[in-house]
Amino acid sequence: MKENTAGERSNQIGLLFQMMRIRRFEEKAAEMYSKSKIRGFLHLYIGEEAVAAGLISQLKPEDRILATYREHGHALARGIPAGEIMAEMYGMSEGCSKGRGGSMHLFDVKRNFFGGNAIVASHLPLATGLALSTKKQGKTDVTVCFFGEGAMAEGEFHEAMNLAALWQVPLLMVCENNRYAMGTAMQFTHANQDIESKGRAYGMESATVDGMDVLKVRAAGEKALDYIRSTGKPYFLVCNTYRFRAHSMFDAELYRDKSEVEAWKKNDPILKLRQDLERQYQFSESEMKALESACEKEVTEAVQFAEAGSPEPAETLMQFVVSGPPDPGAEAEKSSTIKS
Amino acid sequence: MATMTYREALKQGLRSALQEDPKVFLMGEDVGRYGGAFAVSKGLLEEFGPERIMDVPLSESGFTGAGIGAALGGMKPIVEIMTINFSLLALDQIVNNAATLLHMSGGQINVPLVIRISCGIGRQLAAQHSHSWEPIFAHIPGLNVVSAGSHEDAAWMLHFAMKSPDPVVIIEYTGLLNTEGEVPATPPEGGLQKAKVRKEGSDISVITYGSGVPKTMEAASELAAEEGIQAEVLDLRCLRPLDEASVLASVRKTHRALIVEDAWRSVSISSEISARIMENAFYDLDAPVERLCGLEVPIPYPKHLEEASVPQKDEIKARIKKMLS
Repeated sequence: MKENTAGERSNQIGLLFQMMRIRRFEEKAAEMYSKSKIRGFLHLYIGEEAVAAGLISQLKPEDRILATYREHGHALARGIPAGEIMAEMYGMSEGCSKGRGGSMHLFDVKRNFFGGNAIVASHLPLATGLALSTKKQGKTDVTVCFFGEGAMAEGEFHEAMNLAALWQVPLLMVCENNRYAMGTAMQFTHANQDIESKGRAYGMESATVDGMDVLKVRAAGEKALDYIRSTGKPYFLVCNTYRFRAHSMFDAELYRDKSEVEAWKKNDPILKLRQDLERQYQFSESEMKALESACEKEVTEAVQFAEAGSPEPAETLMQFVVSGPPDPGAEAEKSSTIKS
Repeated sequence: MATMTYREALKQGLRSALQEDPKVFLMGEDVGRYGGAFAVSKGLLEEFGPERIMDVPLSESGFTGAGIGAALGGMKPIVEIMTINFSLLALDQIVNNAATLLHMSGGQINVPLVIRISCGIGRQLAAQHSHSWEPIFAHIPGLNVVSAGSHEDAAWMLHFAMKSPDPVVIIEYTGLLNTEGEVPATPPEGGLQKAKVRKEGSDISVITYGSGVPKTMEAASELAAEEGIQAEVLDLRCLRPLDEASVLASVRKTHRALIVEDAWRSVSISSEISARIMENAFYDLDAPVERLCGLEVPIPYPKHLEEASVPQKDEIKARIKKMLS
């Protein structure tokens, strides 16, 4: 247990604020989606905020993060400015991926944020490779890879886990188990639903934590990172969590009962921490109001930043396919005509 | 200039890459203790140690992805995939990640990864070890795809590939491993992306790559001696991006073009080359472009059927004579 100190109080308020700003940002993103300002897929993290907020609070700037297509929360917690994320979803040049990626492909390499990856489990081998590069270069950073329990049915999960354990690389594999692979519940996707045992199967140090409790996630993250930093070995952490919203904006949620969602909402990580803070630290209504207005201000400014953004001209479409200037041959031509 | 086998040339290329930069390492199935499935990396483990010659488990997607990750982390990995048929297991990593990250990140991440893949017929390895799938990779924007159809390129292509900021797929040919050829002592001209005229000629351009190069060279030499036909042989070398300018220059000189490849005809390198000649040099042609390609059948096991499935020297000679008659 953390000591009951002023430092811990402000640390916990920081975690509360982190979760609140993620949620408020996503509520606004959903609103802008319904106004057609944002298109494509938009996968909301609402309900799962404790995982990103708790774990990323324990990372150093040189540690690397790879996340899934449900990564707005991780990007915000990592410190990518909300405006750059919103602008990315608006498809503007000012977006953190210059508008090329959209909601599912947020990148910010200077903050060691490597996506935003939308092929389920495809980023897991990359994470193993990044951690391998750390080991080979004698560096001390840790690579943290987030994925859902759906990814664990993919072969790439098993290949990446085997390689990480075989090579003994400094990697934290984080399963955000929200119980549904898109709309298919765990009991229909995993023969063995003891998720944590799949880490142990590879001889990897493994643990499970209540992913709806940010303080428990923080503690689990601290323990896992201490282990990785002191041994150089990989670690598998399962965070049991729940997504309150639909899979994406196209999802009618035919696969689960409303009563199930309502029951999980009683475990809302924001509500829980707020109540704990009130009980333990005399966290006041006016302090809460101040956090709310700070979130509101940040999100409003993010929308303004995105609205004022500049769409990339189609003339530069061919950049970023290869480093340097585009290939003068086929790549620059959409169609061709006979030249005499 | 030294004479050596294609296998020895590949090994020499690997050895120099490893010597040049301590961040370079080779990873692949059986590259170390076994000495390489085709004995290409034999001896390199003893020379460079297990950190730089890494045996990996049978997990093409996993270790290719790990190679991409290691490249993102500042290393210079060379990933070896034992045969091109196995590379399909890694296609997600090669296409969705290696070829795409630069674009998807708005130019923030480049992937300096080299992937070496063995390809083609010649060892009676049947329908899951012998294909010519260069066109699959050449289709993908973001990749450099090169094909080592000569001993010179077997030894030196890797040298150029290691300097690329973007992913490079090097296609090597198991059927050529035991053949002998000349290897220059210093990097030849042409870099990574230029086609090369292997034999000058004025009567017809025979455009080819990879395993097509030695067969076409032999055919062209024999035709010169036997019939006085001067066929120009253009080795494409780089299949993506295509060196269109060199193709057009040759066709504008000879006014006839035959394209030779082992890959299946439909949606192939030859169909692309043919289209580009038609688009850009139609009025320079004295005759329609013709193609000799692999028959569209999975590669069979028996030697005579394996050989019948791709263009052979005598067919190339016959087709050139027919086109000039």
